[in-house]
Amino acid sequence: MATIILFAPLVGALICGFGHRFIGEKAATMTATALLFLSALLSWVVFLGHDGDQVATVELFRWIESGSMSAYWAVRLDTLTAVMLVVITTVSALVHLYSVGYMAHDENWKKGESYCPRFFAYLSFFTFAMLMLVTADNLVQMFFGWEGVGVASYLLIGFYYRKPSANNAAMKAFIVNRVGDFGFALGIFALFYLTDSIQFDVIFGAAPDLAATSLSFLWMQVNAAELIAVLLFIGAMGKSAQLFLHTWLPDAMEGPTPVSALIHAATMVTAGVFLVVRMSPLFEYAPGALTMVTVIGASTAFFAATVGLVQNDIKRVIAYSTCSQLGYMFAAAGVGFYQAAMFHLFTHAAFKALLFLGAGSVITAMHHEQDMRNYGGLKDKVPLTFWTMIIGTLAITGVGIPFSYDLVGVPIGLAGFVSKDAIIEGVYAGNSVYAFGLLLIAALFTSFYSWRLIFMTFYGEPRGDMHAHEHAHESPRVMTVPLVVLAVGAVLLGTVYYKPFVGSSAEKFFGPSVYNYTGAEASDHAAAPAADTGADPAADSAADSAAEPEAPAVARDQADAPAADAHAAGDGAAAADLSRLDEREFVLHAYHGVPEWVKLAPFVAMLLGLGTAYLFYIARPELPGRLAAANPGLYRFLLNKWYFDELYDVLFVRPARAIGRFLWKQGDGATIDGGINGLAMGVVPFFTRVAARVQSGYVFHYAFAMFIGLAALLTWILLRAFS
Amino acid sequence: MDNLLSLVTFLPLIGAVVLMLFLRGEDEAARLNAKRLALFTTLATFLLSLAVISGFDPNDAGFQFVEESEWIGGLTYKLGVDGISVLFVMLTTFLMPITIGACWSVEHRVKEYMIAFLVLETLMIGVFVALDLILFYFFFEAGLIPMFLIIGIWGGKERIYAAFKFFLYTLLGSLLMLVAMLAMYVDAGTTDIVRLLNHDFSSQALDLFGFQIIGGLQTLLWIAFFASFAVKMPMWPVHTWLPDAHVQAPTAGSVILAAILLKMGGYGFLRFSLPMFPVASDLMANFVFALSVIAIIYTSLVAMMQEDMKKLIAYSSVAHMGFVTMGIFAANRQGVDGAIFQMISHGFISGALFLAVGVIYDRMHTREIDAYGGLVIRMPAFALIFMLFTMANVGLPGTSGFVGEFLTLAGAFQANTWVAFFATTGVILSAAYALWLYRRVAFGDLIKESLRSIRDMDRRERLLFAPLVAMTLLLGIYPSLALDQIGPSVAALLNNYELALAEAQTQLAEN
Repeated sequence: MATIILFAPLVGALICGFGHRFIGEKAATMTATALLFLSALLSWVVFLGHDGDQVATVELFRWIESGSMSAYWAVRLDTLTAVMLVVITTVSALVHLYSVGYMAHDENWKKGESYCPRFFAYLSFFTFAMLMLVTADNLVQMFFGWEGVGVASYLLIGFYYRKPSANNAAMKAFIVNRVGDFGFALGIFALFYLTDSIQFDVIFGAAPDLAATSLSFLWMQVNAAELIAVLLFIGAMGKSAQLFLHTWLPDAMEGPTPVSALIHAATMVTAGVFLVVRMSPLFEYAPGALTMVTVIGASTAFFAATVGLVQNDIKRVIAYSTCSQLGYMFAAAGVGFYQAAMFHLFTHAAFKALLFLGAGSVITAMHHEQDMRNYGGLKDKVPLTFWTMIIGTLAITGVGIPFSYDLVGVPIGLAGFVSKDAIIEGVYAGNSVYAFGLLLIAALFTSFYSWRLIFMTFYGEPRGDMHAHEHAHESPRVMTVPLVVLAVGAVLLGTVYYKPFVGSSAEKFFGPSVYNYTGAEASDHAAAPAADTGADPAADSAADSAAEPEAPAVARDQADAPAADAHAAGDGAAAADLSRLDEREFVLHAYHGVPEWVKLAPFVAMLLGLGTAYLFYIARPELPGRLAAANPGLYRFLLNKWYFDELYDVLFVRPARAIGRFLWKQGDGATIDGGINGLAMGVVPFFTRVAARVQSGYVFHYAFAMFIGLAALLTWILLRAFS
Repeated sequence: MDNLLSLVTFLPLIGAVVLMLFLRGEDEAARLNAKRLALFTTLATFLLSLAVISGFDPNDAGFQFVEESEWIGGLTYKLGVDGISVLFVMLTTFLMPITIGACWSVEHRVKEYMIAFLVLETLMIGVFVALDLILFYFFFEAGLIPMFLIIGIWGGKERIYAAFKFFLYTLLGSLLMLVAMLAMYVDAGTTDIVRLLNHDFSSQALDLFGFQIIGGLQTLLWIAFFASFAVKMPMWPVHTWLPDAHVQAPTAGSVILAAILLKMGGYGFLRFSLPMFPVASDLMANFVFALSVIAIIYTSLVAMMQEDMKKLIAYSSVAHMGFVTMGIFAANRQGVDGAIFQMISHGFISGALFLAVGVIYDRMHTREIDAYGGLVIRMPAFALIFMLFTMANVGLPGTSGFVGEFLTLAGAFQANTWVAFFATTGVILSAAYALWLYRRVAFGDLIKESLRSIRDMDRRERLLFAPLVAMTLLLGIYPSLALDQIGPSVAALLNNYELALAEAQTQLAEN
């Protein structure tokens, strides 16, 4: 069944992309959409029927096999995959449906130009690649999906290929993602080098050994598990637009809005989170890397929220919001609260896709106007869009009944209330003060910019082009139905799925698919039977000094080394880990036990944000302008997104181009050509002249004479040397 | 058939002779006949070569289809293929009909053009099947001449300069190799490659004019071979002939140059340097790594700044060949498997890219990137194909470009993390230059007046690309098709390599 889920979108993409000439555009797009709904339906069947302990892998056929490296095309189905399947296929199916309406009339195209089948083909292809990513049972297939979604994203961002800005944004997305892939690829190479495998199961089994292994990487002696985790996380940062590699995501809004909803909100950008969670058995042995994940995640959540405060383009506000919410997920994963990261990924897909599709509906109503300063008072023109977006906003800002968990055992509230607050509490329980502080402030900002969006769009007086306002009308049913479905999800998903994701049955629900304290303890003991004999000082020092050169250089050396040494190192690591893992367990189970004020804090932050937004955009609309005028530096700093683009342009883009030009003109041109031609054989233009004049055997003779002389000389030298 | 390899090798030559002797006249019909005959010959050669691959036993690491007989002047004629060479033979025979098809619109001295390509095919196949040193040298060097003529006669404006640069550069290296071959003959007493592979060339340090040479004879021989193969590869810094040669060469010439001639250097490293001079290879590995990494980064940066499409692709070829040399001298299974795979894959991809440039060059008669823009609007089929090969060039998983790049990098990581680190930056840079090219050629609005009436690809052109598309995707999704053929031979090669190194170690310890 998973195979059908996987390949239905591919079939759809092919039919749509190549078959539309034979069956007609309408039929082609409908086929693709229908196949996606089939996938979504089957995904729910799989998800609801999935048993947490079950990890099923179907190997399709061989892919890359070279020596000990072996990768199959495979479908791995565990809880993590099942969750991703429903997220991807459901959002994708709804986005397909929505696009039928959204793409029906597009002013970017001239009359008679066919663009719909292409669009649907890309969307379906994207879905296929994303499914390949989440069903992989090895890192290389995951990388296939990883790059595949990158290409689909590139094609869809640059969908309006006439627009230079769209083309540039598409290239930027691909290249910045490649920077992340650079880390991902190196991580795969390191894993293969040390564990001789790229299969998840083997890697996870080897994780404790990796933690006790030191690897010389570049000039450093580093702990292997830490290094690999950091490298993989760099890949995740690229895909999930985390701080420093986030610059592509806001620009990606050049793509059609359904694309933003599907790829740049609900699915592709969460691939990084998925990667970290999928590799959780490895990350657990890399505490340093996990700290980095938390810090980067929390910083991104904060950074993106600050930028979101002042943006005026409706899609960019939501884009920064996405960036920020992804930061929440990473922060949770970083403290070992993978379940919460997945939970937020799950709920976020619903309400963020809803917000994007709602924005798309507004944009259509307003004749492709995206600047919120030209909106205002739209709530009666597009009532259904308005109400669903309100639900989305309530969900993202986290509205619910505080302390309801203590009363009824399940938190009652909209999706974000349950999942986001779980993260904030979990981060507190995980003792990350830095992350807790930033996430709390980010929660306030989230509430502010989300309500600011609502107020600027739907309330107040109509601004901007009055003609557009007069003709604003609600979108057709094909677009509003997905909105309603997602709104239902945004309301219910949090409360309904609280228990399996982060509640009492979380461990059973996730089974072995996410690093599990109880299971891991058993396997640790199995792997290192001597661990119980007590902390032998040599073992401890071996583990502690893993970063020092005298420790075994690589796992293989270690395996070859005397068994005693290997055991000592392994035991030390296991002992060191167990203490740390207790702490993890605390996060997973005992985050309910955080003080009352911590539980209340996100709710208060939400209210403060809402209140401020109300004050700024409803009660006293002149305030924002005055505030900006009072702090022009800060305002510009935020409006220009902390000047990351400008900085990177100066640091990377221009130097690369300058160096390229220099190497070409000076390196190849003057030095190499000049040098080689000039010294070795006389200037080549000389030959050119000779050649142009005679074009006969002359030049051959000349050259041969020269080289035979040289050859004779060398022969003589060699013979002399060996005689 | 005991002489299958000879047939495959010399069938094109027979075709050339027939053309030369029996085709008269310069009119339209004669031209068409010349093309048809050439196409027929290359197709027949391809079909015949299918018998080689289907009869080839991949589990046998030794040479197969071996033919041996006495030749003039006491020389030996010996042919054979193993897992390392058989795919190169297939690549050559596969690409030749496509190349001939790409010359269909040539009007100038068609008969001679076809003869040049047919002779070239024989010589190229000869390089990969020759199992005798002298025979190898003959094929290896003689191949220069038809290519030289193809560039020099049917090339662009600066063709003479480019042809000479190409010729002199490659000849320089080759003569050193000849000297080395003589030395090998003196040392081993045979020119039989199979026996040379089992001969231990001395790796005792020796003095030469007061210089202490570590690795001794092996190092000297290695350097001599390296001089030749590095130029052919081409490796940085002796790569500058390639962009000029490509720019001036006619489309079909570029295709052959990029797809097959560039692979001779890599093949040479695998056939000679690594197995015959293992100690020297080990000693020089870091040197090769350095050059490879420089090639990848340097030429990628240079490629980014090119204004001529063919130059850009030529520079990107140099970068891709950097992965090959890196993989070969990583001297582990993934590295070498990846290097061979990368060469095969690059044959299809670069060939297709040069064909694609040819398609629009035929229409607009310029290779200037700025002369294009918005082609996707008038030429959707072209844009699709160009996109596919651009992505394959970037090494997108699912295309054959990925497998080679990935395996060579995985191999390099095991040998040296610095190398892997810097070489992996190539994946970022390649995306930059390739997408930048694509964006300027195919995307954007179609505003240039000259492009308003440009036609999309016709049926012949589509037909030329179809097999290349199929192979690129097939090898990307099911690379075992090639890797299974390569595997046992590479395993045997590396096994011998390790043994030789270990032996040299013990010898060193004993002394």
